Amino acid sequence: MTTLIPVSRAMTGPRRVRGRSAAPSQRRAGARTYLLVGLIAAVSAFPLYWSLVAASNDNSAAGSWPPRLLPGSHLWENLQRAYTQANFGLALANSMIVSIVVTVCVVLTSTLAGFAFAKLRFRGRNALLGFLLVTMMVPAQLGIIPLYIMMSQWLGWTGHLQAVIVPAATSAFGVFLMRQYLSEALPDALLEAGRMDGCSTHRLYWHIVLPAARPVAAVLALFTFMNTWNDFFWPLLALGQGNPTTQVALSTLAGGYYMDYSLVLAGTLISTAPVLLVFLFLGKQIIGGIMQGAVKA
Amino acid sequence: MAVIAPPPVRTERRETAPVKAERLSHLRRTFDVSGTPYLYIAPFFVVFAAFGLFPLLYTGWMAITQWNRDIPGSEHTFVGLGNFVRLIHDDYFWNALLNTVAIGVLSTVPQLLLAMWIAHLLHRRMRARTLLRMGVLLPNITSVAAVGLIFAQLFGRDFGLINWVLSLVGLGKVDWQSGTWQSWLALAVILTWRWTGYNSLIYLAALQAVSDDLYEAADLDGAGQFRKFRTITVPALRPTIIFSVIMSTIGTIQLFTEPLMFNPGMSPTGGDSREFQTLAMYVYEQFWTHGKYSYAATVSWAMFMIIVLAVGVNYLLSRRIRSSA
Repeated sequence: MTTLIPVSRAMTGPRRVRGRSAAPSQRRAGARTYLLVGLIAAVSAFPLYWSLVAASNDNSAAGSWPPRLLPGSHLWENLQRAYTQANFGLALANSMIVSIVVTVCVVLTSTLAGFAFAKLRFRGRNALLGFLLVTMMVPAQLGIIPLYIMMSQWLGWTGHLQAVIVPAATSAFGVFLMRQYLSEALPDALLEAGRMDGCSTHRLYWHIVLPAARPVAAVLALFTFMNTWNDFFWPLLALGQGNPTTQVALSTLAGGYYMDYSLVLAGTLISTAPVLLVFLFLGKQIIGGIMQGAVKA
Repeated sequence: MAVIAPPPVRTERRETAPVKAERLSHLRRTFDVSGTPYLYIAPFFVVFAAFGLFPLLYTGWMAITQWNRDIPGSEHTFVGLGNFVRLIHDDYFWNALLNTVAIGVLSTVPQLLLAMWIAHLLHRRMRARTLLRMGVLLPNITSVAAVGLIFAQLFGRDFGLINWVLSLVGLGKVDWQSGTWQSWLALAVILTWRWTGYNSLIYLAALQAVSDDLYEAADLDGAGQFRKFRTITVPALRPTIIFSVIMSTIGTIQLFTEPLMFNPGMSPTGGDSREFQTLAMYVYEQFWTHGKYSYAATVSWAMFMIIVLAVGVNYLLSRRIRSSA
């Protein structure tokens, strides 16, 4: 339990001082800073650029020395080849379904339980919350073998999307995040007023809690979507090549002993593109979420 | 109204109906207050119990049996601590542990130092702030599987870009995918690339909580950049550093996708002589390739204990550092 103190402090700490970044006394960045940060951003982006280069040249370029550094003209052709060979049509649809359903489930169950922990009084509340905090520290990957046996031998879910969706449908982290946010951001007076008007708890949830939770729910949704999209180990076991998610489909391209790099890296572009799009449009919110401690490493 | 009251029989009925309704609504209200909270937390706890807690405990159970995929009924063979004894004498297990720890240390230390420095750089008023932060965070949102594949190509022995750059400064070709320290270094680079930006944003958030007065006072005292960094920035970041070290420890002990994808042919052995096989890859190999369910569970359980141990040591160390500073 005590190990969690830094976690919660890291999560609640920055929120107190939001908006400080614009403090007038803060130092202005000089040219050197811009140059360095620009360089770091370039190094960060380079591998993605590199996959574009490799995916737009034909495979002979992957065996050329010195390596080709500029994009070629075969991008479309390689994308098409990767798309058909790795069954990306099915894989993208599967990833979409899984990511969206998991995201909706996580947001709903997290706001429900977070609301209960933040604002409702019931016996065993503190003990259950403590238990929840401990579970956050235990990686689910450690139970992956029995989970596979459950799915394949007892439930018969392997190869079906529910094998990936159901275990991911709730998140201890999400519950905790919502609890932290709601206990600060949702005034008790609002809930009492609702009760006076004869609202049941369900109506309070729908009409007061959910709207109030929206900002953090959006951040939770973003991260859940991206993490689910990028998940690899469990979908590889539970779904396999027959009914793959995008990441699993990508691994089929790389499975052979001879690597066709222009094909494989075209695949990485396909599998990264959706999340990259989300990031381009909602990057500001994602960064805000990380800086407010809304994300687990 | 009372004057035109309906006949007695009907009045009676009319009276009981509201009473019943009232009792019902009272019941409903009681449930609403004392039952609903449990209803709300139920989805989380039910799913967690079934798909989180139970598998974890069952891993412990499997570890004391001799369950093998290819031997029917073997799940009922009870072997006590036999698997753990085997584990202690298993060179491949120790090799995987060594690889995992080495890659973890090689990536975590530079990653956190770099992240601190980048946070320090970003902690200024600058234009295009969001764009630059997005650039720094970009590696973290790229899918892990894709990252492993892209770097496998960059680190290629014969035609990889990194070896080409090395050859420009007069160094020979390095076989990143089959030497021990070479592959550790390559994987550490991948992990550092992927996580530095994320950590620097966390540190930046913590930095913004530091009062600017401290820096101004230091300026008045004539303190230099490095001194300010050491005496103000680092102490202010300490809780966040502890947090990120613990998260990074838990993450690297489970390291799986990057080394798997980094290996040509995606073999879970991590190189021809297990140069970079991690613990999670060893679990996967025992489980998936060899069907040794119980032994794989034993390794999982060992990973769990290693995580508990590592987090405990991290925490104690950081507490000592905090109290001595």
